[in-house]
Amino acid sequence: MGLLSKKDAKLITDPLTDNNPITIQVLGICSALAITAELKASIVMSISVLFVLGLGNVVISLMRNIIPSKIRIIVQLIVVATLVIIVDLVLKAFAYELSKTLSVFVGLIITNCIIMGRFEAFALGNGPWKSFLDGIGNALGYGVILIIVGFFRELLGSGTLLGFPVLGDPIGSPETGPTGLYGLGYENNGFMLLSPMALIVVGIIIWVQRSRNKALIEEN
Amino acid sequence: MEHVELFFKSIFIDNMVFATFLGMCSYLAVSKKVATAVGLGAAVIFVLAVTVPLNWLLDQYILQEGALAWLGPEYAEYDLSFLSFIMFIATIATMVQLVEIIVEKFSPSLYNSLGIFLPLIAVNCAILGGSLFMQSREIATLGLATTYGIGSGIGWFLAILAIAAIREKIRYSSVPPALRGLGITFIITGLMAIGFMSFGGMLTGGDEETKEDKTEVVSTNKTEEVKEVVKEDEEKIADNIKEIEK
Repeated sequence: MGLLSKKDAKLITDPLTDNNPITIQVLGICSALAITAELKASIVMSISVLFVLGLGNVVISLMRNIIPSKIRIIVQLIVVATLVIIVDLVLKAFAYELSKTLSVFVGLIITNCIIMGRFEAFALGNGPWKSFLDGIGNALGYGVILIIVGFFRELLGSGTLLGFPVLGDPIGSPETGPTGLYGLGYENNGFMLLSPMALIVVGIIIWVQRSRNKALIEEN
Repeated sequence: MEHVELFFKSIFIDNMVFATFLGMCSYLAVSKKVATAVGLGAAVIFVLAVTVPLNWLLDQYILQEGALAWLGPEYAEYDLSFLSFIMFIATIATMVQLVEIIVEKFSPSLYNSLGIFLPLIAVNCAILGGSLFMQSREIATLGLATTYGIGSGIGWFLAILAIAAIREKIRYSSVPPALRGLGITFIITGLMAIGFMSFGGMLTGGDEETKEDKTEVVSTNKTEEVKEVVKEDEEKIADNIKEIEK
């Protein structure tokens, strides 16, 4: 893409690995853990955050010179709250079942630390195009982690991906009995669907990431 | 009786950190020392105890469908619930500003040690989450809303106190380098969450109803399907045993 200079492209790729909002910046953890029992919910949540962060970054960046410093948190909260209300209404209109699964966590995008964090750290000091790229990059970094966690939790927890049974049929018809991997005696690990496993999966992702990049290891 | 039940339920069973993962960012960031963790926990209890009832009043008399009926019968059809997010956040931001002023006046050392995290309570998911859960679970009275707020706060306080204490001790253990700091904290929190799940049958005697209430928020119908499959397997095993015994 001729539009993106090298530095701009870095704004998108950095948060995907080295400056990942969840595993390195430690932001946005709450929603990353609670809704990842289904891959579909993870994908929809990532898209919602992409929308809110991208647009929000642009709006705040456009207003950055006229926001008085003392009330900037309130202005940021209003911008985010408005965008999230839009997302919530769209979800309720077009994907009602999913909005029930996500329940309050769509509203909690408002307090998602990634969004406020990027507003403060980037959008308030940079131009709209760069802020847009930064927003997209961080939302993608967040989305990557969500999708990995959602993938493993749904696959190991219910043996399906996006609702499609991929490991076979656990009950099967009365003639054939269980099919696929279940026929060999494999059982779904129902525990993966419960909340604590999300924490442990993210812990393992952090472990893998820091083993590969020694510079990220904390001293103590 | 309802109050006591809701109180213990919100501390142990619906614990804000271990069951619904609210407030994780400040939970992870402030838990390096027990002293700061206690200070932040106390601030969270106070803010929750004040904002949940306030937001309940807002929801009851302004935001809910039909709530504006006290203004006049022509307003009875208005449903302002789409404004909930903005109104809740506004009350929370105001209350946090108030707490900040009070803490600065009465305990400057605590104010200094909390630093940026005190104003950050305003965007702590736990606070907004408390109000949103209060709204989605349709808590019935003001007293119950207050109990819920205080209980949730105490639950969060317990969680951050526990992880801070453990993190202080873990400095003397040999944690693999790549897990040090954030990684091991995640895994320990996961193990603590598993431990807290043992409270699940506490108040209801293992009633299926409460389990559904909890899983509705966090997971999906899949857990119920899984439970049914497990039950069927148990029945098959019981049948097999009976046959063998014959």
